[in-house]
Amino acid sequence: MNPIIVSCQVNGTAVSAAAEPRTLLVDFIRTQLRLTGTHVGCDTSQCGACVVWVNGRAIKSCSMLAVQAEGAEITTIEGLAGSAGAVGRGGLHPMQAAFRETHGLQCGFCTPGMIMTAAAFVRRNPDPSEAEVRAALEGNLCRCTGYHNIVKAVLLAAAEMRAAPATASGAASTSASSAR
Amino acid sequence: MYEFDYQRPAELSAALKAADADSAFLAGGMTLLPTLKMRLARRSRLIDLSGLPELRGVKVVAGNVEIGAMTAHVEVQDSPEVRRLLPGLARLAGGIGDPLVRNRGTIGGSIANNDPAADYPAAVLGLGATVVTNRRQIPADQFFTGMFSTALAAGELITHVSFPVARRAGYLKLRNPASRYAVVGVMVAETPAGVRVAVTGAGPQVFRLPAFEQALARRFAPEALQGLTVPADGLNDDMHGSAAYRASLIGVIARRVVGTIAAPG
Repeated sequence: MNPIIVSCQVNGTAVSAAAEPRTLLVDFIRTQLRLTGTHVGCDTSQCGACVVWVNGRAIKSCSMLAVQAEGAEITTIEGLAGSAGAVGRGGLHPMQAAFRETHGLQCGFCTPGMIMTAAAFVRRNPDPSEAEVRAALEGNLCRCTGYHNIVKAVLLAAAEMRAAPATASGAASTSASSAR
Repeated sequence: MYEFDYQRPAELSAALKAADADSAFLAGGMTLLPTLKMRLARRSRLIDLSGLPELRGVKVVAGNVEIGAMTAHVEVQDSPEVRRLLPGLARLAGGIGDPLVRNRGTIGGSIANNDPAADYPAAVLGLGATVVTNRRQIPADQFFTGMFSTALAAGELITHVSFPVARRAGYLKLRNPASRYAVVGVMVAETPAGVRVAVTGAGPQVFRLPAFEQALARRFAPEALQGLTVPADGLNDDMHGSAAYRASLIGVIARRVVGTIAAPG
């Protein structure tokens, strides 16, 4: 089938590129836009390594067509730190920083999807219980960590984001990290 | 994926006109797209319904909760109207799949697919809802016609589902830990038309349990179901559970649901 031009905003920048109707959004992001932080971990829509935000909602970009993103606002892991003024220490989003600090990753393959899911979840539920965090991560599979440190990371990031809403300033983040 | 043509019409009439024997309406795509990806299905054209805002949202009309076919599970889960009038339905929606699936999957897509282990068919049948299409109104009892099949004709499109407000309603499932589909799920509701009990996951498609309904109509308490059994004959028997196990689960889960909603009310 003839390619269709897809125009959307990705990480705050307007992009336009051709995609066949059957091109998955994740392939469009990786091959057309060359944003390879979004991963493909399975062929079966189960693993969540490909999670991005479309119009603010975390979705599996392997289960959406690129042409469906026409006119959408997309945030990928590359744009997360810059989204909503959320830059913390080291230019990282507080969720990224928390994963680093708590050893929330080992091989790192699932991490972009984990972080995109977790950061969207904490916006929905700023003060979650551990059980709520585990339920929120049901669509993201990790084969290394056993999830324990991922859950710790999400709880830490949530606490930091509550303490420093909106800006998650470097000062607030530094005090939290030195306490560890 | 095999090749297909893609359209996103901005008018319902254009969507209907684009449909033919080989096309498929694309709602949330949480079943259709993975199926196409695996080449388990082939469609000449996908007609994306996301450009039709009239198919989306929750309204209360004449005492019924009307949910647009393109309303995502997360929107039903979060809807103040659904939480107030049918909290059991909001909880059911909040337990479908995972959060990422709930952000895209829709009620219309779920019931049009009629997966034998899906949650929404139990809600639609158990609450005695009416499925409204571009052509007619279909009572839940006539909508689900078999495994992955419904009363929908070719080119017929669900516009919304109308739920009468139940006095009380609840749903619980034993979920498959990997897929989160129901191994067995039971919806129990005291509706304006009487008590209804609908079971998903256990058979080839969602079904009602008249004996349970009659017992609960006499007395709405878990004890009323004590001693009632469901024959294992014809129930699903697979790697997730034997037919006998599912038959046993139906009784256990039904009693638990009644226990959670039977208290003062």
